[in-house]
Amino acid sequence: MTIASSSPPSRLPLSGAEGARTEPGTDRASRRSNGGDGRLAAVFIAPALIGFVVFLLWPTLRGIYLSFTRFNLLTPAEWVGFANYDRMIHDPIFWESLKVTVEYVVINIGVQTVSALAIAVLLQRLTQSPVLRGIVLTPYLMSNVVAGLVWLWILDNQLGIGNEIIAGLGFDRVPFLADETWAIPTIALINVWRHVGYTALLLFAGLMAIPNDMYEAAKVDGASEWRMFWRITMPLLRPVLAVVLIMTVIGSFQVFDTVAVTTAGGPANATNVLQFYIYQSAFGRFQFGYASAMSVALLVVLSAITVLQYRLTRAGQTDLG
Amino acid sequence: MRLRTLTALAGALALCLTGCARSGSAGSSSHTVTYWLWDSNQQPAYQACAKDFEQRNPGLHVKITQLGWDDYWTKLTASFIAGTEPDVFTDHIQKFGQFADLKVLEPLDDLGIDESAYQPGLAANWMGQDGHRYGSPKDWDTVALFYNKKMTDAAGLTAAQLNDLAWNPGDGGSFEKAVAHLTVDRNGKRGDEPGFDKNHVKVYGLATNGGGDGDGQTQWSTFTASAGWSYTDKKRWGTKYKYDSPAYQSAVKWYFGLAKKGYMAPFTDYNSQSNQANTQIAAGKAATAFDGAWMISTYAGFKGLDMRTAVTPEGPTGKRATMMNGLADSITKNARNKEGARKWVKYLASDECQRTVGGYGIVFPATPDGTAAAVAAYRKKGIDVTAFTEPVADKKDFTTFSYPITNYAADVYALMHPAMQDIFGNGRSVTSLDQTNDQINLILSQ
Repeated sequence: MTIASSSPPSRLPLSGAEGARTEPGTDRASRRSNGGDGRLAAVFIAPALIGFVVFLLWPTLRGIYLSFTRFNLLTPAEWVGFANYDRMIHDPIFWESLKVTVEYVVINIGVQTVSALAIAVLLQRLTQSPVLRGIVLTPYLMSNVVAGLVWLWILDNQLGIGNEIIAGLGFDRVPFLADETWAIPTIALINVWRHVGYTALLLFAGLMAIPNDMYEAAKVDGASEWRMFWRITMPLLRPVLAVVLIMTVIGSFQVFDTVAVTTAGGPANATNVLQFYIYQSAFGRFQFGYASAMSVALLVVLSAITVLQYRLTRAGQTDLG
Repeated sequence: MRLRTLTALAGALALCLTGCARSGSAGSSSHTVTYWLWDSNQQPAYQACAKDFEQRNPGLHVKITQLGWDDYWTKLTASFIAGTEPDVFTDHIQKFGQFADLKVLEPLDDLGIDESAYQPGLAANWMGQDGHRYGSPKDWDTVALFYNKKMTDAAGLTAAQLNDLAWNPGDGGSFEKAVAHLTVDRNGKRGDEPGFDKNHVKVYGLATNGGGDGDGQTQWSTFTASAGWSYTDKKRWGTKYKYDSPAYQSAVKWYFGLAKKGYMAPFTDYNSQSNQANTQIAAGKAATAFDGAWMISTYAGFKGLDMRTAVTPEGPTGKRATMMNGLADSITKNARNKEGARKWVKYLASDECQRTVGGYGIVFPATPDGTAAAVAAYRKKGIDVTAFTEPVADKKDFTTFSYPITNYAADVYALMHPAMQDIFGNGRSVTSLDQTNDQINLILSQ
């Protein structure tokens, strides 16, 4: 990467001088007020730490504890050992919901990532218009519930404008959200529609960090856009793409609201994604112990996937420079 | 954004454990009684009752909160957990079993509810298994067949004919013939004419209200009951469901078969959010629909449609059947103003308040006088409600049955909801209910 090092030569002397000037000063300061800094640091860390403990650590520990109990929220929890986990392993609805969730994630993340990447590259290579960038982000401004309801109405088999158009063109109506084969892909695509702009913007930010003179140099060498995409864009975008993937996969596994407003897990459990099953078990059937056990299972699955993704994509390293 | 259930769940818990002491919810004090209901149509009627009540009980104030059906139960559940529940709330039989399991209701034995003062069966339904009363009778509803008069006229069906239909699980009887005749495909062919295209139906003879879960109130229950079937082994607090009964399964199979023949709107046309039976009627996509008395004003309000009602069809038992369901007022165990709540519930259950409510013509109150007031009020609006009141008055030709009351109601729902969708939507065999029924009875035997 010889081109990369040639790009910021003007800054080098400046930062060097800055470094030389400030180094002794900071050294002395840190030695003088070490205790003060510690206290100050504690004050700054405290809000985040308290939030972390109260809203994340304690609830997680408590959730893990509850997964070993029978608990209906209104009477004291009763220790039942591994009974909830035993039930989970033998519960066909749990495995089915895990399968449905994976199906959703594959469609959702697959389509979303490819489209977002395409949009981001177009934004980078073709136009820098802030108006276009704004338009791309528009669906993201809508809440998931509203997006779900709007699409529910558009796609209604009998009355929806989408199906009216399909019928008007002479095709058979498609029961998008009421048919067991269509329901999951439909929900996955509704969420692609809502999230693709946001994902594209994240990737676009990643693309902005790739030095432009690489493309210029490649052009001089006569490389095509296609070749530049595979040889420059993709390798240099990899760390950002990896982080975006990890984030969106975690989010995707936790799909809930779109399902809740469009199909409520139906037809016949065809869209009974894990989060929805957990919710129904807890707030519908008051089986908070069992719901906690399934939540722990989801936590384990997500942790494993995240670690695996992080390793496989080497998200912590960059190829730049 | 997406709910992170683990954190949300446990977060709510942690908050509850650390912070949410039972500090009073907004506006509740020894002078205020908080009251929740879900039907916005009924709010003015109960507001009128509250006004009378406040005049009789100086210093007491009733604060009424109305929430839509779905939010209502979510919020009520949350309020039990957070300790912000209302003093008094409108209760439904569907939830009674669960609330009894959770022990969140206050016994009302000392209110002196006289069962004979209400329409038969209404008061008895609110007795728990422990022998205590947990609800005071409030109102009742039955199911009838709503029809679009313009469409039945065009099909040559008179009101007398529609009120004299009969069905059987074999050939469907005159009911199936009528529904078939009311069905019209996109070429204008009726369901009983040769060349009828069942895959391109313009108007269905019968609208759909979905699979019907475990109760089938406005779906299959009128048929299964007139075939002589009942939900459980006992009238109340049964310990065994009977979804494995051949009589039940043959009625259900025939009922969903109407959709296969193209006479009833298919499962895919139903959505609990966007397209219920009344929407299908309003959109002119169906000619008739079974629906409850609580929907009378909704159907009457459809602009440009002349909606009438007919009694449910006669079944193999020789009787016409409809569910007769009744709501109640319940006091919460942790009510902040129990004394005020008792007074308010006693007044709600009184003939005075029920007559006031009846006068609004939006619901049938539980006392006979209240019911009479409602019938008169409907008549004044030009609505004939005989199809709903006759089943209660005429015990010779009609049989009424109540919503199933058992423990583990939420679990029964969780199993029956997808099972019925599977049969209606995916064409699964009705005999699959044998297994579902076993699972349900296993839970009930715990």
